Amino acid sequence: MSKHIDLKVEQKKQNNGKTLIMNNASLVSISDFSKEDILSLLEDARCFEENPNRDLLAGKVVATLFFEPSTRTRLSFETAVNRLGGRIIGFSDANTTSSSKGETLHDTIMMVSNYADLIIMRHHLEGAARYASEFSPVPIINAGDGANQHPSQTMLDLYSIYKTQGKLDDLTITMVGDLKYGRTVHSLLMAMYYFHPKFNFVACDELRMPDEYKAFCDKHGIEYHEYHEFSEDVINSTDILYMTRVQRERFTDIMEYERVKNLYTLKNSMLCGSKENLRVLHPLPRVNEISYDVDNNPKAYYFQQARNGLYARQAIICKVLGIKVK
Amino acid sequence: MNKIKKEELAVAALKNGTVIDHIPTELLFKVVDLLGIKNLKNSVTIGFNLDSKKCGKKGIIKIADVFFHEDTLNRIALVAPNVKINIIRDYEVVDKHTVSLPDDIYGMVKCSNPKCITNNEPMKTHFHVINKENIILKCHYCERAVGKDNIILK
Repeated sequence: MSKHIDLKVEQKKQNNGKTLIMNNASLVSISDFSKEDILSLLEDARCFEENPNRDLLAGKVVATLFFEPSTRTRLSFETAVNRLGGRIIGFSDANTTSSSKGETLHDTIMMVSNYADLIIMRHHLEGAARYASEFSPVPIINAGDGANQHPSQTMLDLYSIYKTQGKLDDLTITMVGDLKYGRTVHSLLMAMYYFHPKFNFVACDELRMPDEYKAFCDKHGIEYHEYHEFSEDVINSTDILYMTRVQRERFTDIMEYERVKNLYTLKNSMLCGSKENLRVLHPLPRVNEISYDVDNNPKAYYFQQARNGLYARQAIICKVLGIKVK
Repeated sequence: MNKIKKEELAVAALKNGTVIDHIPTELLFKVVDLLGIKNLKNSVTIGFNLDSKKCGKKGIIKIADVFFHEDTLNRIALVAPNVKINIIRDYEVVDKHTVSLPDDIYGMVKCSNPKCITNNEPMKTHFHVINKENIILKCHYCERAVGKDNIILK
């Protein structure tokens, strides 16, 4: 079983560039967005960064349904709603809801849609948000469905890249660590498709970039190189260094984990010869893949990156509700 | 009477109905299952291991007085893409065509991903056919792809 690389971008081109955002304006996958959608969201995010407190959601109720716990994403979305003047209902633990009594997702969504203007949901089952978007009378924003999609993370990654580089086009992006299971690197790779990137994939054999994503690059003429070694040569040619966590539970062979776990750790000394514009990104939480001595380097950007999530999510919320930002 | 004629007679001529021909022998009983033939009340003739110029050995199914919906027949393409359908009316072949996979398949295939929502909610599955030649499907919900050899029929 493998994951197929979806190319809704192609379908969009066939539709004369018309934006085909999703059923009832929900956002389920980053590939629901066209290039124009992404660029307008980045502009909106920039406006929110200038002034995050705007009463654009006054009188609206937003439900945050976290069937699976995720403090970071939930707080970011809830802050976004609060700063937009909306009100929040919801739960952060499915054990306290009717799901634990055996209620179907369908029934929970139908019930909540009676009360809310928008549902932001995270679910441990893959495809849950797509399914909910098919019958929900109000828009759905996918805040993560298992190992499948997490489009608001990708938007904040794109905004962070755009903000730090001043552009999205023609950048060299080096992805390091878990390239096999990390949904953030897969979604970022696909979203960057529009912007003529060059990729370096740095990982051990067990966690290398899956073939279908490399086939995606081949098909669209995206240059990429694979490395086992996390070397300064690679870092020195890079604009964006995207680090990910290597998780022990991903390994079938624990000896292999022990062997590679420290091979993909970024240390401050490794950034000595790097480009001036290089920035280090990480979706967080970090464990030991970025040494603490990197934190004070001006090129470390992961904490600001997390803050950008607020602006990116404000932009997404307004977009799915059809609210103009300016 | 030539050999082929005799063979056709051996599996009974059909006045009205559907003949499903050129089924690879090893897939014959899968096709029987797929069409729910064992639940039919009509007379059905099943030929197994018949000689075929095209594929060495073949299977054939003749179903009297049943005209399947095209979507039902196209399900066969999921397991055997080159099967021929003959529609018979008054002993004449009035239509002859090869089965073809539809673009989307609803409710027929089970997703092989245990963490897919379709395996956990009372809902219909939905697959996109992303490669008709090699038979590769993609779950509309969890977005996992599944190849011909791993397709699980419901």
